[in-house]
Amino acid sequence: MREMIKMVVVLTVLSAVSGGLLAYLRTATAAQIERQELEFVKGPAIRQILEGAANDPVNDRFKIDVDGKPRSFFVGVFDGTPSTVAFEVTGKGFADAIGLMVAVNVETDKLAGVAVTTHKETPGLGARAKEDPSFTAQFKGLPVDKPVQVSKDGGSISALSGATITSRGVCAAATDALSQYRELKPRILEKVKGFKK
Amino acid sequence: MAKTLVQEFTKGLWAEIPPFRLVLGLCPTLGVTTSMKNGLGMGLATTFVLVFSNILVSLMRNLIPSKVRIACFIIIIATFVIVVELLMQAYAYALFQTLGVFIPLIVVNCIVLGRAEAFASKNGLLASTADGLGIGIGFSLSLAALGAVREIIGTGMFFGYSLFGPNYKPFTFMIQAPGAFVALGLMLCLMNLVGKK
Repeated sequence: MREMIKMVVVLTVLSAVSGGLLAYLRTATAAQIERQELEFVKGPAIRQILEGAANDPVNDRFKIDVDGKPRSFFVGVFDGTPSTVAFEVTGKGFADAIGLMVAVNVETDKLAGVAVTTHKETPGLGARAKEDPSFTAQFKGLPVDKPVQVSKDGGSISALSGATITSRGVCAAATDALSQYRELKPRILEKVKGFKK
Repeated sequence: MAKTLVQEFTKGLWAEIPPFRLVLGLCPTLGVTTSMKNGLGMGLATTFVLVFSNILVSLMRNLIPSKVRIACFIIIIATFVIVVELLMQAYAYALFQTLGVFIPLIVVNCIVLGRAEAFASKNGLLASTADGLGIGIGFSLSLAALGAVREIIGTGMFFGYSLFGPNYKPFTFMIQAPGAFVALGLMLCLMNLVGKK
């Protein structure tokens, strides 16, 4: 009986101390990890879809509270006007969540481009959503008021061969991003207007 | 005392060097050694975990009931692995991206649990630290050497510098998974040849 209690106590105390330590470390490193992700994961995606912007979109960003959580929006300046905003959404992929950076032109209400940020899709199949520029190029110029779908579902995006689920996930994420954009548009425009470079 | 400490340390560098002498921990050995930098990074991460888990297991060896010792070891090891993962994410993101899934897998690396069970749970603090350091550094050197061989033959580069000039046709087989087995086998063979004399 005593041994029993000792086992329970040791394991409980050990787990609690470990959990506490990790929780502390996680909060302590959260800001730094966010900065690193911005530079290594989101940064390249943002620069890719806002290519040719006169500013550095990664630095020129603002935050809007959505459902109590602050979200980052990145502004791209083209021909002297801050016309494009990019933000990240997540969709459901084949293996795990897919992070998708979506850029919308606020003047023409058209998709300016998308790029996959984080994913755990199968290399050679779903992973091409990130690597194959011809797949993401199809999203450019689509109107914001229609859902984005693969051609099998009646849309205009031809899916990656062998990776229909991934392609659908990316399309669903894009559709989600567009509906969020329509909802947030007044607030985005306000912020963009106040954005002076 | 001092002499045995040195012995505990140096045995990890040759006599019991993992993964060649103790053929353990093959998953990261085969998976990440596509370049010397990756091998070394993985080795150092494992060393960190190994040293601290050895220290903690050694300190707690009289407290941990023997029936739940493996569970306790795993909690300790897993805690340090997450510490490494968070720190690497915060301060060495590029390395974190290439090592990716192999970092959490240090938890199930037989070498770490093996040292906790076979050595640290039976020996004092100093001896266990020396043992962890020795085995960890030995493991790092092995991975770095294997990585260097595969990188040089497989890509003709070393730390990003071209070695053999533009006419060298990289033997890409060596940086693919089967090449890892061949390289490991040849190095094992070489070590046995040297050891026999």
